[in-house]
Amino acid sequence: MKNFLKYREIWLLAGIVLLIGLISTRFPGFADPANLRQVFNDTSILMILALGQMVVILTRSIDLSMASNLCFTGMVVAMLNAAHPAIPIPVLIVIALLVGLLLGAINGFLVWRLNIPSIVVTLGTLTIYRGATFVVSGGAWVNADQMSPDFINFQRAAFLGLPVLSWIALFVIALFFLAMTRTQIGRSIYAIGVNPTASVYAGIDVGRTKFIVFCISGMIGGLAGYLWISRYVIASVEVANGYELNIIAACVIGGISIAGGIGSVGGAVLGALFLGIISNALPVINISPFWQMAISGSAIILAVVLNARGERRQGRIILRKAEAA
Amino acid sequence: MTDTPAPRHIPDRLDKPLSSAIFSWEALLVVIAILIFAVNSFASPYFLDPWSLSDLTFNFTEKGLIALAMALLIISGEIDLSVAAIVALASTMMGMAAQAGAGTPVLVAIGIAVGLGCGAFNGLLVTRLGLPSIVVTIGTMSLFRGIAFIILGDKAYKGYPETFAFFGQGYVWWVFSFELALFLFAALVYWFVLHRTSFGRRVFAIGNNPVACQFSGVRVDRIKFILFCLTGLMSGIASVLITSRLGSTRPSIAQGYELEAITMVVLGGVSILGGAGSILGVVLAAFIMGLVTFGLGLLNVPGIVMSIFIGLLLIIVIALPIVWRRLREGRFA
Repeated sequence: MKNFLKYREIWLLAGIVLLIGLISTRFPGFADPANLRQVFNDTSILMILALGQMVVILTRSIDLSMASNLCFTGMVVAMLNAAHPAIPIPVLIVIALLVGLLLGAINGFLVWRLNIPSIVVTLGTLTIYRGATFVVSGGAWVNADQMSPDFINFQRAAFLGLPVLSWIALFVIALFFLAMTRTQIGRSIYAIGVNPTASVYAGIDVGRTKFIVFCISGMIGGLAGYLWISRYVIASVEVANGYELNIIAACVIGGISIAGGIGSVGGAVLGALFLGIISNALPVINISPFWQMAISGSAIILAVVLNARGERRQGRIILRKAEAA
Repeated sequence: MTDTPAPRHIPDRLDKPLSSAIFSWEALLVVIAILIFAVNSFASPYFLDPWSLSDLTFNFTEKGLIALAMALLIISGEIDLSVAAIVALASTMMGMAAQAGAGTPVLVAIGIAVGLGCGAFNGLLVTRLGLPSIVVTIGTMSLFRGIAFIILGDKAYKGYPETFAFFGQGYVWWVFSFELALFLFAALVYWFVLHRTSFGRRVFAIGNNPVACQFSGVRVDRIKFILFCLTGLMSGIASVLITSRLGSTRPSIAQGYELEAITMVVLGGVSILGGAGSILGVVLAAFIMGLVTFGLGLLNVPGIVMSIFIGLLLIIVIALPIVWRRLREGRFA
């Protein structure tokens, strides 16, 4: 039992159940399975993005360009769809993955080959990719009436009681879970985060692995680009502006350590769900949506205070003793 | 007869064969600034006008003030992503006070005090609780701007006193605006603090090895706390300037300034990993960013396309010395 309680995912899950309970006292219908399915579906894109960000953060890096990648890729597929409505949706999804992969590979290449810190690289590409969106679109929007019905309805189609969007999220979660716990690359990602030097001696190519995680986060950004545009049926330069910090917030609330090496697929998913529940609950319990930002900010600070307690390094404790003496 | 060795000058950075005066980062920035300046003057006939050049400075003075303090913070190995949110919160508080009929001195005091308070809050979380600053300030960034949104919603504060407009719109002498004068003065102060005081040496030392500093008797946490307070203070001052210049407050004010301020700092040659950098570099980077955005603006390039240039500039300027070094060593992969 004690071992069981050590997992911070359990505490986060308990927090989420408590949150749903609290909301239900104000709005009884919230805990309804149908409503919870709706919340899950609403949060699907954030969950997928948080998983992509997680693998990057685990290697002690960060990808600030995910939301810009989402915006660019979303614009590209929306314009393709508007110009050639005959292209089937699966092909468009593959194109979105490839465009995202390319953008991620650019980040990864700069981090791997030129050794530039990832925060600098992605700070640069954050503005470049969003600017590039303006260049390809000429500043124009792609509206709902320019998109084909398939493009819009693909993710809304019900399959075994859940929309396709939810199934995509579940599939990505399962894929990441298997990759992080059962494959060599997954274990390498954790190893690099815990101790890059030891990883080199263990035969892991640190640079190449970092390149791969940026490719993964890029592909996720691309996939989320299609999903976002077809969900909100508008493609513009402003899409997901500033959303990169929401993605990181979901990871932080999910207990993924910004110092690398600590975090799990379950944590990232729950962290995203926590934010999703808050944004879904505020309107139904009559709290102005303007409160959302402050609440998620407080949640991040609280989460990081709670998570940090388990992560103290040995060196710090020695210092504290030295200070006290 | 014995030679007494001259007192050794300990450089901010370790000497590398390449980083002689000619190849220093600051020299590279000066060359880039001159290039952009020349291109701008050829590209637009309106560029070389004193008033044009004066307008140009408004593009970077406010962010530059924040970048000065941010540079010290990044050199010490921390970061503050909440600066733009502090600007928004301080501006909102000033707006509230102005609605209640507060005069200009009170407004300025409120703006600066709110900035200082927010910075102290960040500093307490980072130093007292030992939390990573990047995560703390992502949280406080949402919190501070969130409070501004709660107070203001989709409304805006207007109706600041007339004398309040001086800070963002006034001129000290001829074409020299108050903002520019304040920025240059602050740059001088920060240059002195970072490069000429023991406090500045400690900031560098902490960035290079905080644990060794702790054992050497440097109060690491206290200095980091002061740096967070300074960053908050500068954000408060920037908030006074922006609010005064725009004459109104919306909760979305100064959106994205944090990334622009950090871009200035990094472009200025401050190592994002901490431990190296100079104020001169940051000031030059601020000028370069102002030149690029203003020059492209004169050519009717939309703001979003300018951001591509800023992003490219950031990556290329960082990558250039690395590629150059590898080419010389002949091991570019």
